Amino acid sequence: MMSAILTVCRKEILDNSRDRRTVLTAILLGPLLGPILFVVIISFTISRATSSAEEPIDVPIIGAEHAGNLVAFLASRDIVASEDHGIASIDEAVNAVRDGDREIVVLVDDSFGDDLASEAGAHVSLVYDESDNTSGPRVGRVRGSINAYSQQIGALRLLARGLDPSVVRPLIIDNFDVSTAEERSSLLLGMLTYFLLFATLMGGLYLATDTTAGERERKSLEPLLATPVRRSSLLLGKMGATVAFMLLSLALTLACFAVSIRYMPLAELGMSTSFGLGTAMIAFLVLIPFAPLGAALMTVVASFTKSYKEAQNYLGFVILIPTMPLILASILNVRPTLALMAVPSLSQHLLITNLIRAEPIEASMLAVSVTTTLLLGAVLAYVAIRLYERERILG
Amino acid sequence: MIEVDSLSKQFGKISALSDVSFRARDGLITGLLGPNGAGKSTCLRVLSTVLQPGAGTARLGGIDVSEDPLAVRRIIGALPHGAGLYPHLTAVENIRYFGQLCEVAPAALSRRIDRLVQRLDLGDVADRKAKGFSQGERTKVALARALVHEPPHLLLDEPTNGLDVMAVRQLRRWLRELAREGHCVLISSHVMQEISALADNLVIIAHGRVAAKGTPTELAARFGNRDLEEIFVSAIGGEPS
Repeated sequence: MMSAILTVCRKEILDNSRDRRTVLTAILLGPLLGPILFVVIISFTISRATSSAEEPIDVPIIGAEHAGNLVAFLASRDIVASEDHGIASIDEAVNAVRDGDREIVVLVDDSFGDDLASEAGAHVSLVYDESDNTSGPRVGRVRGSINAYSQQIGALRLLARGLDPSVVRPLIIDNFDVSTAEERSSLLLGMLTYFLLFATLMGGLYLATDTTAGERERKSLEPLLATPVRRSSLLLGKMGATVAFMLLSLALTLACFAVSIRYMPLAELGMSTSFGLGTAMIAFLVLIPFAPLGAALMTVVASFTKSYKEAQNYLGFVILIPTMPLILASILNVRPTLALMAVPSLSQHLLITNLIRAEPIEASMLAVSVTTTLLLGAVLAYVAIRLYERERILG
Repeated sequence: MIEVDSLSKQFGKISALSDVSFRARDGLITGLLGPNGAGKSTCLRVLSTVLQPGAGTARLGGIDVSEDPLAVRRIIGALPHGAGLYPHLTAVENIRYFGQLCEVAPAALSRRIDRLVQRLDLGDVADRKAKGFSQGERTKVALARALVHEPPHLLLDEPTNGLDVMAVRQLRRWLRELAREGHCVLISSHVMQEISALADNLVIIAHGRVAAKGTPTELAARFGNRDLEEIFVSAIGGEPS
């Protein structure tokens, strides 16, 4: 029995390693697509966040001649009054912002200088588009800087009257952000598990299809079933080969991540990640039980289908099933508990998130995750074998 | 020896086989003849244990297909209808895989594969991948695959389909040789000429039932010395009007 399983497994690995499509998905598509997409998304997010915080902003200031000090103050904060902006009135400013020509326009009141001198309350207007979320950080910077200028003047006035400026600031808010750099990066790296599960499933997709639908379509199933080998051995051998490809795909994906994460400018966001080769290896161990589960699930689905093409269509959806708990988890922002470890794919997600946060993984949680995932995998493998033993498998 | 007694098989409401009985003796070629959809493939599938009998019994070498299907599979070589190969494996790898599944010892397996390659004229394609094989080459490899564990019983479902004249003649020669060596050969076909040139015994099936059986000579005598094709047509109940 064992030797038959090994014979089938060896043959499937040899056969499929010669199939360009299988190899491309297992070795290239899954392992590279995830990390590349990931690097692009993260780099994009980071460059946007950092650029709006540091880059000089060019802002049209109407009536700049009335507020020389303000303009100089803003310039010291890299907010530069644009020259020749051609905007003269508030109506033109509104149009310029609405058309997307400008993100923000500052209007200084004609009587700004006089009002400031007479301490009457000088007016500055900001024209911007609240619904435009890309300009948000820059609008915030301009507003914050004008506020800072206002507070500075206020403080000076109080001092001139012999008063401590803190008189008008009865409350002082001190911010303590308890998130560590690892935790902040885990928000982004939460996507990581999704890519890992995806690559694992992709690695075995073609083999799982081949097991039933493929054999049937090329009419090699019937002679195979007429050999003196139990159908359970045939199927276990095939699932073994599927798992081997899935684990190869997963290992390559993790290696790609471990390498590419080094080149991500995470530090610029005040983030750090402990995702090195060691972490990748632990993540691999955590995800191993998921491979037989995925293989059995895909084999069950493929055995219901009549053709290769039909099997592929269904499996496209099946690949999404393990991602559902992940989506739910990110919406509800769940923390790992022992009960949640009984949910395959979610448990792997939570454990790997822990790993990225450089928090210790509890042995009991790991044990529950491994046991329940393998158990569900065994149940599905049993279902797959029963389906394979039906006469209808011949189609 | 293949013994089929009152074999029936239903697929839902459709009766594929009903009360089929015949014998196929060792050292002889038995032809299972009938129009398309008569139940020939179903019968061969029950004998190769991929389908279970609905009622009745089928025994190969004295072993009942329902009682010990694994033992039956050890003593049969099956060449199902349109048997497919693994396109990414070479001819030899395809044959070796089945030899391994039949638990042929490695040394004996290599020897047998060499012999089959020689005997079936597979030398040119032995180490080529099966992907681009012609129908004739595919059938030859599938036949070698069915023979690799030296089974006493051979079940061939329309093996000449898609073969050219020369390949068909070659196949006939091999089957005769195999029968002479003592194999029990059961071959299905809907082509009259093929069977008349080959079979020692005929079982004519129509609508899942045995319409007539006997040697070609016996059948000719019973149906008034007409040629085999007319016997076939009258046995299956005349030409459709």
